[in-house]
Amino acid sequence: MTVATAAAQLRRLEYPRARSPGFWGMMLLIATEGALFAYLLFSYFYLGSMAAGPWPPDGPPSLRLVLPNTLLLLASSGTMYWAEAGVKRGAVGRLRIGLVATALLGLVFLSVQGVEYSNKPFTPATSAYASLFYVITGFHGAHVAVGVLMMATIAIRAFLGHFGRNRHDAVTNVAWYWHFVDVVWLCVFSSLYVAPYLG
Amino acid sequence: MRSLRAAAALALTGCGASPTYLRGSGYVADRLATLGWGLLAIAAAVVVVIGLLVLAAVLRRRPPASTDRMSSAGGLSWIVIGGIVVPAVILLGSMVYSLRVLAATDRPEAKPALAIQVIGHRWWWEVRYPGSSPQETFTTANEIHVPVGLPVQLELTAADVIHSFWIPQLAGKTDLIPGQRNVAWIEADTAGRYWGHCGEYCGLQHANMMMAVVAEAPAEFSRWLEAQRRPAPTPSLPAALAGRAVFTRTACAMCHTVRGTEASGVLGPDLTHLASRRSIAAGALTNSHGNLAGWIANPQALKPGVLMPAVPLQPDELHALVSYLRDLR
Amino acid sequence: MATTAPAIPGRAPDERLHQIWETKPGLLGILGTVDHKEIGRRYLVTSFLFLIAGGLEAVVMRLQLTRSDLRLLQPEQYNQLFTMHGVTMIFWYAAPVLSGFSNFLWPLLIGARDMAFPRLNAYSYWTFLLSGIFLYSSALVGQVPDGGWFAYVPLTRDAFSPGLNMDFYALGLVFLTISTTAGAINFIVTLFKLRAPGMSINRIPLFMWGTLTNSFSVLFALPALTVACVMLYLDRGVGTRFFDPGGGGHPLLWQHLFWIFGHPWVYIIVLPAMGIVSHALPTFCRRPLVGYTTVALATVTTGILGFGVWVHHMFATGLPPLATSFFSAASFAITIPSAIAVFAWIATIWTGRPVVRTPFLFMVGFIVLFVIGGVSGVATAAAAFDQQLTDTYFVVAHIHYVLIGINLFPVVAGIYYWFPKITGRMMSERLGRWNFWTMFLGFNLGFFPMHIAGLLGMPRRIYTYPAGLGWDTVNLITTIGSFVFAAGVLLLVINVIYSRRRGLPAGPNPWDAYSLEWATSSPPPPYNFAVIPTVGSRHPLWEERLDEGGRSILSEGPALDEKGEKETVESSPLDSRLTDVLRMPEDTYYPFLHALAVMLTFYGLLLRSHRVAGVGLLLVALLTAGWLWPARRELREEE
Repeated sequence: MTVATAAAQLRRLEYPRARSPGFWGMMLLIATEGALFAYLLFSYFYLGSMAAGPWPPDGPPSLRLVLPNTLLLLASSGTMYWAEAGVKRGAVGRLRIGLVATALLGLVFLSVQGVEYSNKPFTPATSAYASLFYVITGFHGAHVAVGVLMMATIAIRAFLGHFGRNRHDAVTNVAWYWHFVDVVWLCVFSSLYVAPYLG
Repeated sequence: MRSLRAAAALALTGCGASPTYLRGSGYVADRLATLGWGLLAIAAAVVVVIGLLVLAAVLRRRPPASTDRMSSAGGLSWIVIGGIVVPAVILLGSMVYSLRVLAATDRPEAKPALAIQVIGHRWWWEVRYPGSSPQETFTTANEIHVPVGLPVQLELTAADVIHSFWIPQLAGKTDLIPGQRNVAWIEADTAGRYWGHCGEYCGLQHANMMMAVVAEAPAEFSRWLEAQRRPAPTPSLPAALAGRAVFTRTACAMCHTVRGTEASGVLGPDLTHLASRRSIAAGALTNSHGNLAGWIANPQALKPGVLMPAVPLQPDELHALVSYLRDLR
Repeated sequence: MATTAPAIPGRAPDERLHQIWETKPGLLGILGTVDHKEIGRRYLVTSFLFLIAGGLEAVVMRLQLTRSDLRLLQPEQYNQLFTMHGVTMIFWYAAPVLSGFSNFLWPLLIGARDMAFPRLNAYSYWTFLLSGIFLYSSALVGQVPDGGWFAYVPLTRDAFSPGLNMDFYALGLVFLTISTTAGAINFIVTLFKLRAPGMSINRIPLFMWGTLTNSFSVLFALPALTVACVMLYLDRGVGTRFFDPGGGGHPLLWQHLFWIFGHPWVYIIVLPAMGIVSHALPTFCRRPLVGYTTVALATVTTGILGFGVWVHHMFATGLPPLATSFFSAASFAITIPSAIAVFAWIATIWTGRPVVRTPFLFMVGFIVLFVIGGVSGVATAAAAFDQQLTDTYFVVAHIHYVLIGINLFPVVAGIYYWFPKITGRMMSERLGRWNFWTMFLGFNLGFFPMHIAGLLGMPRRIYTYPAGLGWDTVNLITTIGSFVFAAGVLLLVINVIYSRRRGLPAGPNPWDAYSLEWATSSPPPPYNFAVIPTVGSRHPLWEERLDEGGRSILSEGPALDEKGEKETVESSPLDSRLTDVLRMPEDTYYPFLHALAVMLTFYGLLLRSHRVAGVGLLLVALLTAGWLWPARRELREEE
């Protein structure tokens, strides 16, 4: 009996399938990118602690656009979860719809953020706070954009019939990445938008 | 050139010895020196002992091997004793002692006799002495005078990039950081001149950013303070008088201040009492007629990259100017 | 280079496996190989070229400092040299050379056919090479970085460093972090998923504990550098105010971010090297290492504690005494795991039967230099005294004892040790002795006097110094010593070149060592092992002579590749039970092309050209999709 057959038999009988190397690669990527955002937020709080005046200098930022935008991003994690759960059961149609919906929600998030940027009274060069605001939300936005591109790519693959009940590792990896981007947004949102209101 | 700079170094240090901080002349530096000797002694002992152990381990005789069997037994006590217990004891002891020195030298026991502001520039030191009235405050450069045996507070910041204030025989380094006000303190045990050097890489002429701290008996210090507070008197010698006209008429006055004249530039060092200082160009040259002339005529030759421009002057203008500067006691 | 030597002694070479695994001929093989052994060799050679570049920079600096008031160099030239010396050595030599060893050895050490992500492996090499070329292209335009390897602001902001110099620095480093991060991810997944059956986590070679620890440190430390460099680049080019006090920024933000990265980085560049010694020393002591578990734990502890000491680089910045005290205490404490490792090595030598060959000499030299560097580090841990020592030549002495002592000496030991495995020939033992003594004595002659220069008050980073301060003699001795040391490095290069052609042929296990890499031919066949071994102990090749009771099976096992495609085994992370069979990719141009596209993007950012950067990013996106697109044969099968 070859190793391949033995392993396949083992798999079906006793052990749930081990996570693929690609999955762990994505987890480690998430760990290092998470550290990146941790350092960005560290910089925000460090400069805030050294600030002579109030922080943010112009008072807490408006929540008018960002609050619904946050809910939108959370919803996109929902559609992503729904899509992934679908393909695990073989519902390829659900996968296709879910991926497209997630990508669209991501694009709307970015657009709303663009509008928020244009409404801001400051540019990145105005102050250190402004620089941090744009760089932190900008890094996050870049991660969202990359996520949308990943979503588009596997959506195309989904429409080409690449995925099914027994083949969806790429979907899982992209899903984890997307949820990670969502969690990062919650941290950024709490730090930049909510914390100033808490005094 | 080499002998000029050697002379300047001697002028700054006041003697021919190295500015080693293993021999302190101040309250803080004394304690740091003791700590330092202790740490170095322990370091040397550790290196010698472990070196001998390694040598013995390699060279020691072993009975010839009777079989080719190998053993993985033994040796763990080496790790426990040599790797954990002994280092822990030594490190704990050193750490406690060094933290106590840190606490003891963090601030003076008595209230500081005075507080001097030092502002770092590329590549010179602006020094501001306080006073209870505008007539009593004054600014000088590159040479700091303090009374012997009394703690002096230093308020440190920088105008451009990070520099670091370091007089090894008096105390450790404290950085001068733009946008931040650091506080350090020194107290000299004995009268003398103490060499200092910028302790943080600050660009092209970091190598030539030196200074001196002069510790004097209280009476002499008061005399110096009084003299520095006075504005520059009108020069008596005709050459110097002509030189003052050159100074205030040309670019010199755009960057330098001489109190008592219209010259009030702040980009370069205050020159009101330049002749009272032993060196020029932040410790790079001794303060002599020839050196001043050479420095003014071509600053880039001595300190390539320095921000002081070469002001074109006729030879007689230069001579007069230097005579004036030599008169600013 | 093809070989038909047996993969297992006594077993015929496997032509079928050879054909499946060998690198493709021609350009595809050169630009697209995914063979970890080829990639490892390239890493080693390339990082050595950077070592030589950094060394030449140092030699020129030493000439300038031989005596007081020399005028061989202008200050700007000197500042560029000391900046590039530091950046080259610390970033483009010290970590990549260890990646080179790890890359070549890891699959061999764990009984696998390749790394977990072979294409990513090739990519980490190409981005390493191209980022180094990017950095050094600054010389072509005369705008070489000159702000020090640590690049403190505000000096490196555009107001005080106009020109592209520090942009090459910031962007070059971010470019390199891509390589380092990719490598770290690859090492971690490989170690946990690709080990041969039976190689439980407590049987892996100690060298792997070193690289595993440094890989986790990379993942958590490098982002701080990325953030800092991005902020520097933006401050310089876009006018952001991160480090500008006038705008609410602060210069110390740079220092915190840089050292939160920088201190773990120094452990990243020494822990695998310490692992080389832990791995190879037992061979020359004819006994297993004393205290395997303790040393493994000490390695991981050092990696973790390394994140808690960064402020000891900032003792002079005016921080509150409480913070200073905490970081001083932590800096004392981190000595202990290192002391554990030192005594593990001494105990192994003492209780063993030393066989004195060149690798052994370099390892003994390493222990001595490690201790000297370590105790000078303890002196700097004492915050109050550090305020005298910092920014003097005492620290220069310390860093070179730890970097050359704890990185370069083990690396050279590793070269002598594994040269036979990599090339099939032994290095000259006679030249090796000359090599060792010249390097060891030259190094100490050059760098020990720097302790004294520092204690005599000589600051760092000065292009010249005046006479009359008592620094001339020590500097003269240092310059002489540095030339002797350089001659030693030259002897190494000569020995390598000579031995490639004329070295004595080496069999599979010329040192009678114990680990799996010696269970295959020298050099190994492309497929590493004809069959996947089953591992029964830490010392598979010594089991018959040791009293540990393990029983490895090396000549029987799954051969895999039945469908004519590259395969290796996947196993569980801790116990290494077989769980699956993994398909491995073929040679491909994608990693090389992707690295080129990234380089284009960085040039666009350097030149502040939206168009160039935009084209670069577009290519990156397309190439990423192409790289990850499944091959047709993959789609036919279950995952």
